[in-house]
Formats: sequence, structure tokens, C-alpha cells
Amino acid sequence: MTVTLKGEEVAKKIAHSFPMAIITANQTAIIVTPDSLYQVARFLKATPEFDFDYLTNLTAVDYLDYFEVVYHLTSLKHNHSLVLKTRCYDREKPSVPSVVSLWQGADLQEREVYDLMGITFSGHPNLKRLFLWEGFPGHPLRRDYL
Amino acid sequence: MALRTEPFVLNIGPQHPSSHGLFRLEVTLDGEVVTGLELVLGYLHRGIEKLAEGRTYIQNIPLTDRLDYLASMTNNFAYVLAVEKLAGIEVPERTEYLRVIMAELMRISSHLSFIGFLLNELGAYFTPLFYMFREREKILDLFEMVCGQRLTYNYMRIGGVSQDIPEEFLPAVKRFVAEMPRLVDEYEQLLSGNEILLARTKGVGILPRDKAINASASGPVLRASGVKWDIRKVDPYSVYDRFDFEVPVGSVGDVYDRYWVRVSEMRQSVRILEQALKQLPKGEVWTKVPGLLRPLRGEVYGHIEGPKGELGFYLVSDNSIAPYRFHIRPPALLNLTALKDMVVGWKLADAIVIFGSLDTVLGEVDR
Repeated sequence: MTVTLKGEEVAKKIAHSFPMAIITANQTAIIVTPDSLYQVARFLKATPEFDFDYLTNLTAVDYLDYFEVVYHLTSLKHNHSLVLKTRCYDREKPSVPSVVSLWQGADLQEREVYDLMGITFSGHPNLKRLFLWEGFPGHPLRRDYL
Repeated sequence: MALRTEPFVLNIGPQHPSSHGLFRLEVTLDGEVVTGLELVLGYLHRGIEKLAEGRTYIQNIPLTDRLDYLASMTNNFAYVLAVEKLAGIEVPERTEYLRVIMAELMRISSHLSFIGFLLNELGAYFTPLFYMFREREKILDLFEMVCGQRLTYNYMRIGGVSQDIPEEFLPAVKRFVAEMPRLVDEYEQLLSGNEILLARTKGVGILPRDKAINASASGPVLRASGVKWDIRKVDPYSVYDRFDFEVPVGSVGDVYDRYWVRVSEMRQSVRILEQALKQLPKGEVWTKVPGLLRPLRGEVYGHIEGPKGELGFYLVSDNSIAPYRFHIRPPALLNLTALKDMVVGWKLADAIVIFGSLDTVLGEVDR
């Protein structure tokens, strides 16, 4: 069985490396600030104890107060998984660092989130709309898009 | 001395026999050699994720049929498993077995169409495809017996399946399972050692192991690159832990390995079917679940091993009758991530074959 790592426990282990990064951590997920997301992700990928070499899923949820970008990470070696999240409170220009340089699998998924949710991924090599055409008004997956 | 020509941009699609749906490949060519590639998607985008936010959990099941329309059963399966995980619903044992039987039949059917279309792209027009469709037809007949549909089944329900199997189903599926190994041998005899197939697929479009993992490839594409990763084994869902089967793994990660892995998987699916039919218990097929399901606040990521790869559903519930967020992890889209690296340096005719070897269905890519 794939072991789902608890957010709290992982948070304790990385707290000394990134004291300012963690917003909160609970049973299911660990939530970090957008500024430190890339560093935390790189740490989780490079540390042998975690070894998250596989980005299973990347998506975003609009909670109206903030956007939550969700990363489902898996380690094929240890067969464990973790949910990493980040929050942006800016509705006008939400921005999160891109993780394409860590996991190529983020490429099309970040473009999809940019297209449908309107979150910019800074550092993405080719950030264009994936499904809708250039000039399409708005971002349909936002909750206030009608 | 290599001759260089002006770069030439060629649009393949949106209407093209090899595109398996509507989509466009913008290929940059130097003579006949591919030097660049851009995917243009969205021709089949129906906004299923947005639609689902306005419908109840049960109303969303038919939407999942329209993702990968060559494997609707497994889409149903992944979605109902995710909702059951979210709401904490247990299903009767007979249902678990029926679901596994349907999912494995679907896997065989999906792989059959893959092999047929791959051979089409290699230039063996329609003869292999009709051999494959002969068997696919039998599977579709079985599904028609069970739920009256041949393409969009809408068979699985939250808490069970829509109806029990009819009397004539079991003898028919047993006949199919008994004759299938011989038919797979027949395909292998016709195709696997064929000189033209070998010349066109061996060593073509190699996806190295590390690259496959880094690019989030999944399913047969990942396994062809030598990664032994099958959700049915590493994170068993339903009753898959009760069956004895192997996970075929390729060695090089070329087109041939992706073909071979799928052929071998059909044999393993037959093995699972044999065991599931033997163990199939009697009993109910549905637990009582309220029509307007209101799962508690929370989120869930449920995944299964679909024929195309890891099919996942990420659901967020706000305790209302409709999901707050309904996200699909589409294996076909993620398998396209590394396509550019695979085709650059190959001739245009090979690029079509490499694309075909990913088994992309655009209904799932665009959603």
C-alpha cells in the first residue's frame, strides 16, 4: 500500500530548514507560502528520506478568499505520498513559482491551471493557455465565473 | 555532408486519421526530420470539471463516461471509488468483483484498439484493426448484456453497480476468457515477430526511465520504460490484492516495448478475470446510499490503474450535494508531456507512430 505521509509529521522534519515557510500543517496536507514553495519542493525531492521523484497531480482550488494550488507528490522508491499545498490571496494577479525545472510533468498541468484558474507560474518555460484560445475572457474554473 | 533545409512548419490535424480525436500537432521539420513540436489542444474541451461543480455526485457519473470513451467502465470505476473514499461508503463483495471483471474486460478492449490503431499508423491498413475489433466486439456485446450500452456504460453507482449481471452473462464471459489466450497468441504470431513491425518500432522513440518518471508518465508508457509501477500492485484498491498476476515491464522504453507491455497486460487481465470469475460471490450488488449524497467537508484523491495509466479524481466537498471541486488527473494528457523529447530527431513518419504508441484519447486530454 502507498503510505500517505501526514502533513504534521513532515512539517516537523522540515521546520528547522524552513522556519518561515510553513503556514499550517494538518493530517492530510502541508501548506507552505508561495515564496518558499520552490525551495520546499526541491528539498522534498532531493532529500533521500522523502525522495519525491514523481509529481502525480497538480491542480488548484478556488476558495474565494484565496487560491490553493495542490501538489500530489509520490516517491516510487519508498512508495509513499504527500500532499503539498500553497495559498495565494491576491485575486488580481495570483502567482506561484513553477516547478517544471524539478518535475517536467508539471509542464502541461501548470498551463492548464493558468488557463482555467488564472494563476501565473513564474519561471514556466512556455506559459500559454492549454485548452482555450488566446483572448478568451476570464478563467472558467474560478468560482465567481458565471 | 548533411544537407540542411529551411525549417518548415507543418500542421498535422485537427482533422487527421492519426489524431484519435481532434487536436493539432505543429511540427517543425528540417527536410523530413522533426526538429520541434508544439501541441495545440482544446478542440474537444467541454468543461467537464466546471460542469461537474453544478451537478450532484450521482449525476456526475455519466460525465466520466465521456472522458476516455474507449474505457468508460474504468472511468466510472475511478470516480465512484473516489466518492466512496470521500463519503466512507463500503460496497458489497459481489460488487467489488463485478467491478474488477468489468475493469479488466475494459482494459483488454482498450489495449485491443490500441494495437489495431498502432498498426494502422504503421501502414498495415485495417487488417490488424479488424482482427482486434473482432474481439473488442465480443467485449462490447458483454457490456451491452450488462447495462444495455456499448460505449457510454454509466454502469457503476456510488455504493454499487446499477444492476446485477443477467443469467446469460457468466457463460458468455467464461467462453470469452477461455478463448482469449489463444487469440492473443494469434496476434503475437501475426505481429510480434513481424519484420516490418520490428524495423519500425525497435529503438524508435525511446523514453528513458528517469525521463519517464520526471515527466509523470504512467501506465503502460511508464512500465515500458522499465519502471515496475502498477497501482493495482503498489496501492491495491477494491479486491485486487486477492489476485495473482504479474506486472509486465519493458526494458528500453521504445515503441516496441510499449506495444509488448500492452500485449502482455492482456494476458494478465485474462488471468485476473479467470480468478475473479472463480471467486465471484453471491449477494447484493448495492448498498443503500442517499440519492442526494452530502459527504462531510474534506477532500480526497482516489486513483486507479486505468488502461491508459493512472486515472485519478481529486474531489473537494463542502458538505453540499455537489462537489466543490472536481479535478481529473488525465493519464493521456500527462503521457503527452514527454512527446516532444521522444519525437525530435525522428522522421515525420516515425513521429506519427511514436504519438500512436502513447495511446492518447482526446476526450480525456481535453475534458
